[in-house]
Amino acid sequence: MAVIATADTRLVVQGITGREGAFHALRNRAYGTQVVAGVTPGKAGEDVEGIPVFDAVADAVDRAGANTSLVVVPPRFAAEAILEAADAGVEQIVCITEGIPAHDMLEVYHYVRPRGIRLLGPNCPGALSPGIANIGIVPAEVFSPGPVGLVSRSGTLTYQIGGELAAAGLGNSTIIGIGGDPVVGTSFIDVLDLFEADPETEFIVMVGEIGGTDEEKAAEVIAERITKPVVAYIAGFEAPPGKTMGHAGAIISGSSGTAAGKQAALEAKGVPVGTNPTEAARLVVERLGR
Amino acid sequence: MDLHEHQGKELFAQAGIPVAEGRVAFTADEARAAAEDLGGRVVVKAQVLTGGRGKAGGVKVVDGPGPAQQAADTILGLDIKGHITRRLLVERAVAIADEYYFSITFDRAAKMPLLMLTTMGGMDVEAVAEEHPDRLARLHVDPALGYRGFHGQRLMSMANVPVGERKALAPLLAALYGVFADRDAMLVEVNPLVRLEDDTFLAADAKVTIDDNALYRQPDVEAMRDLAAADPQEQAAREADLAYVKLDGDVGILGNGAGLVMSTVDVIAQVGGRPANFCDVGGGASAEKIATALGIVLSDDKVQSVLFNIFGGITRGDEVAKGLLGALEQTDVRAPIVVRLDGTNAAEGRALLAEAARPEITVEETMLAAAETAVRLAGEVA
Repeated sequence: MAVIATADTRLVVQGITGREGAFHALRNRAYGTQVVAGVTPGKAGEDVEGIPVFDAVADAVDRAGANTSLVVVPPRFAAEAILEAADAGVEQIVCITEGIPAHDMLEVYHYVRPRGIRLLGPNCPGALSPGIANIGIVPAEVFSPGPVGLVSRSGTLTYQIGGELAAAGLGNSTIIGIGGDPVVGTSFIDVLDLFEADPETEFIVMVGEIGGTDEEKAAEVIAERITKPVVAYIAGFEAPPGKTMGHAGAIISGSSGTAAGKQAALEAKGVPVGTNPTEAARLVVERLGR
Repeated sequence: MDLHEHQGKELFAQAGIPVAEGRVAFTADEARAAAEDLGGRVVVKAQVLTGGRGKAGGVKVVDGPGPAQQAADTILGLDIKGHITRRLLVERAVAIADEYYFSITFDRAAKMPLLMLTTMGGMDVEAVAEEHPDRLARLHVDPALGYRGFHGQRLMSMANVPVGERKALAPLLAALYGVFADRDAMLVEVNPLVRLEDDTFLAADAKVTIDDNALYRQPDVEAMRDLAAADPQEQAAREADLAYVKLDGDVGILGNGAGLVMSTVDVIAQVGGRPANFCDVGGGASAEKIATALGIVLSDDKVQSVLFNIFGGITRGDEVAKGLLGALEQTDVRAPIVVRLDGTNAAEGRALLAEAARPEITVEETMLAAAETAVRLAGEVA
């Protein structure tokens, strides 16, 4: 089964004729993802190594049967690209683009969410279900199929923890990066619910970082309705307050959003928290007993 | 990007929000001239990008040009929570009847702007929230609706603003929301928002933060950037499009991806070291960018060793190795460098480093081992 990136995914890549767009579209296809179309306004009729290009997402839906969009367009145009995909009727949108203005994302979020469209990101690495499909920029060679669902706000930190798990012989059902921006379409809670319902996922690893209250809220939900075991890792214990640590969302403001606060909230609900990636991986191995 | 009070007030004034008449001064002479110009009682205020100015002695009310000059002399150069005062705002003093508080924040959890209003202004709003939660009115604005007149009415009612004052206050609340929405602000805070003795309202302070991602469409705000207030390394990093935050230790840190670099900073501290910085070269960094980043990390004199932690996704290990070797060719690298390369093209990168066999470079297999080595090397130098 897996989630988000599945055998049923029919991907349209918005921005496919750009350098990054073409690179990742082809990499995703080479991994086995059904990449059925690309969109770049003004380039309809062209193709990228056999992938047909359309002017509008609605054309990709009508003529190529796209049901999921990967947005790889520059930040100034990305919010509109997401809205276009939502309006065209795709079920899922994965937005890699970093640097979209937060106010634009407010508008996008409140358009997409009530319509039941899944938006992953922005500023995220996407979703990879090892052996099945890859949507986005996760380096698939690090990961193998297995029972651990991995969800993270950070791209490279996901790779780090996935790498540590792989070294311990553990594979993944799906790896999901939700993104590090102040407004992202999919929260930890959304992904926890997806993993809870996914028969392939037996164990969940949640990788958080400083800023916001998503990890604290996830702790509540884990206690309330997640029956599968969860291990967490939080980055940013040494981050100074008031400074943005790379991700626009990673900032400690006042007394909220600290790594220690998140660790305490999770541990209070019985979720073990590793204080570094190696320790987090070890906690998983111990609990899975394999 | 955080704005100085006088810059925030400039945006307020453009939006028709009343502020006290004032002048910016960089010297005591300029402060004197400003006081002369304004006439009567003036307030001399330190312009620093931090709170707690009043308690630190950064705000003085004085009568006339001479005292204004003296006040400016005292305040200029004042260290307020690590921020050196280099500019002042000299304002005409106003007759305050009451101090309120109003803010618009970007509530990430609700994914909506959050309005907060209390008639207990002047003090720290977190203290109000803690000690008098019933006095702090909070209201979300649905972005699909935007700010409407009823938001203001509801908020003033919740905060128990006297009914007779509401007609004068409502347009200010609306205009401040206009600044938040039109200027891509992440924060607009006015504390105090004062009622004058003539029952009009005025923004007596301005704390405004603008979304860095939106500066391309706020060019006049971008032009306000206070270069002198920035740390030189942070400034150089911004110009090179690198995310860099200075910390105060001796182990320099370079990596790709904010989460991984944050994690690296933690691990350095956990193995007993002191991180000197957070430096994220971002995804897909070229050899040239890697070299620039190394230069910035090493320009901090405190740095005694450098940890390079790369887990390639978009970023390619061979590019990283080339950048690092290139940097060693071009400049005299004064500190030992520990490299940990994993992910895309890591084997190629490690092969390049092994071939070059530079004495400055130690290659480690894991993040933890690399952190331990970097900390040990920093200790040996210090």
